[in-house]
Amino acid sequence: MSDQIKNAIQEYATRLGDDSVVLGHRISEWVSYGPFLEEDIAYGNVSLDYVGRARLFYSYAAELADDGRDEDDFAYMRNDREYRNLLLLEMPKGDFAYSQVRQLFADVYYTLVLPELLQSKDETLAGVAAKAIKETKYHLRRSRDWVLRLGDGTEESHKRTQKAVDQLWGYTHELFDMDETEQLLVNEGIAVDVSKLRDAWLKMVSDILTQATITVPEDSWAVRGGRTGYHTEHLGHMLTEMQIVHRSHPGCKW
Amino acid sequence: MTAPQEENFMRKIQAEEKIEPKDWMPEAYRKNLIRQISQHAHSEVIGMQPEGNWITRAPSLRRKVVLLSKVQDEAGHGLYLYSACETLGISRSEMIEQLQSGVAKYSSIFNYPTLTWADVGAIGWLVDGAAIVNQVSLQRTSYGPYSRGMIRICKEESFHQRQGYEAILELAKGSPGQKEMAQDALNRFYWPALMMFGPHDSESAHSQKSMEWKIKRETNDDLRQKFVDQTVKQIEVLGLEHPDKAIKWNEERGHYDSSDLNWDEFWSVINGNGHCNRQRIEHHVAAHEEGEWVRDAITAYNDKKRAKKAQNAA
Amino acid sequence: MTNITEKLELFEVFVRSKRGLDHKHIGSLHAEDHEQALEYARDCYTRRTEGVSIWVVKSDDICASQEDDAECFYDPSDDKPYRHATYYVLPDPVNNM
Repeated sequence: MSDQIKNAIQEYATRLGDDSVVLGHRISEWVSYGPFLEEDIAYGNVSLDYVGRARLFYSYAAELADDGRDEDDFAYMRNDREYRNLLLLEMPKGDFAYSQVRQLFADVYYTLVLPELLQSKDETLAGVAAKAIKETKYHLRRSRDWVLRLGDGTEESHKRTQKAVDQLWGYTHELFDMDETEQLLVNEGIAVDVSKLRDAWLKMVSDILTQATITVPEDSWAVRGGRTGYHTEHLGHMLTEMQIVHRSHPGCKW
Repeated sequence: MTAPQEENFMRKIQAEEKIEPKDWMPEAYRKNLIRQISQHAHSEVIGMQPEGNWITRAPSLRRKVVLLSKVQDEAGHGLYLYSACETLGISRSEMIEQLQSGVAKYSSIFNYPTLTWADVGAIGWLVDGAAIVNQVSLQRTSYGPYSRGMIRICKEESFHQRQGYEAILELAKGSPGQKEMAQDALNRFYWPALMMFGPHDSESAHSQKSMEWKIKRETNDDLRQKFVDQTVKQIEVLGLEHPDKAIKWNEERGHYDSSDLNWDEFWSVINGNGHCNRQRIEHHVAAHEEGEWVRDAITAYNDKKRAKKAQNAA
Repeated sequence: MTNITEKLELFEVFVRSKRGLDHKHIGSLHAEDHEQALEYARDCYTRRTEGVSIWVVKSDDICASQEDDAECFYDPSDDKPYRHATYYVLPDPVNNM
């Protein structure tokens, strides 16, 4: 494997790790704040799945980097400008409708991405995909049901759900952006060509939203930048909190 | 003269037979159980907060998933206990109302703040450790659903104590800063953990009747002694200083002697003077109220679904 | 603040821990409908892969025998020892029948 490819895979694994840890962290903020006990437990399971995924992707990135770093160095010792996650995933948890709409957007996305990643020539990435596919199948079942209930529930829940959809829609466009790094890996049969997935995503999401009596927004605005480290203001605060203990004791084990 | 049903009830208790939900039971037994089980359930649920306080700051990804799953278990244990309590004819919403209005209590240990990462380890090790001593004994409690819940909880809880001790161990053998953090957490949580067993039996309002009915199986002081004894070695292995300077092996008793506890502080915290008494309840109320529109939404959705079904059937 | 989880129905949860074993009652939970109850049962009662199959039943749908019925339900079978294998005394060489 050429150094160029190897570096690209390391970057790709890091991006996927960033996506997972950021969303996993946001979901974990719900613990003890759920609308009732059963949901608190159930949503915690989703968070565990995502942080678990992050560990696998980071470990692989660390293995490729081969410079003595481990999964925690990737999660805790990189600044917000170095993080490469999608903006959608770093948005604050908001209210329950906001979190579930974001979850639906992400779950549908991974429902489409993961089967492609399963075909990757890179065995490690394909292996993570195989595990994650099962998790996502369950996540989607949950988020779809929640959006249906909230969208077609009371007037208030409908209003909140529509608002969340409108507020988050503009962050979904970059989910399907490609850059040179990913294009290089697509050509090698390693990465997923996400640019081909937008139509399918739009159809699945629109069907669910329509069923939930929610209006699918027009594509009137789009914010981009996660993959280049050009983040919203929210990520900095999130990482400050997440990294504070780790960074306060340099070089320590936990 | 006691009624035949009361005799029958006491016969079962004495024969170590379990009392089951549909059985006749004295009203005072039912009330006593509801008080104890709901208090236990509330403790699990409120107990999510002090540790939940550190989920977003856990210093490694491994610690993050461990802590998250641990706190999630507390919610699960709350659920098992609410379930057990509901079999006595009280609804979960009534119990939650009693918690929020202060009628029902939860373990006072959760009114202490978690100030550093080491507190998370100390809670797992000492607070869950003390809880386990109590819960192991409660596996033999006379009420069937409570006993079965306890068996389930005990099975899951041993991971809680072990992860806590492991976290503290890592700090105790780490940098001077980490070790200091561990010692500080031990110093702050050791005494409140001992108080978790409740006041001396002579001063415990419910102890005697609960023992007679076999709701409680061992006395507060006996259980506390067990915990004191088992903790000495654990502190030694960590290489930390024991917070009780008077701790001393008593050959004759076969137990450690220890300082008497500061019961004034105990009662003071119970009576509202802990750092977090108000915060814990406010957090619970806030989450609960914020969840109201979600719960309304699912009921409305379900009603619509049913109406549609009925319409289609007609 | 009142009347909260009442909006959700109470379900009883039964879990089959291993293929070949019976479903066993394991606890209860609140959910909106059967589907949600099943999902929550998965999340709340099988966090450590304790099961291969789950049943959920609305608590209201369970009809339970009463303690008062015990006499007329179970006592009549006390005097029918001939339903038990031990009632029949057979010669030793064939007694493991």
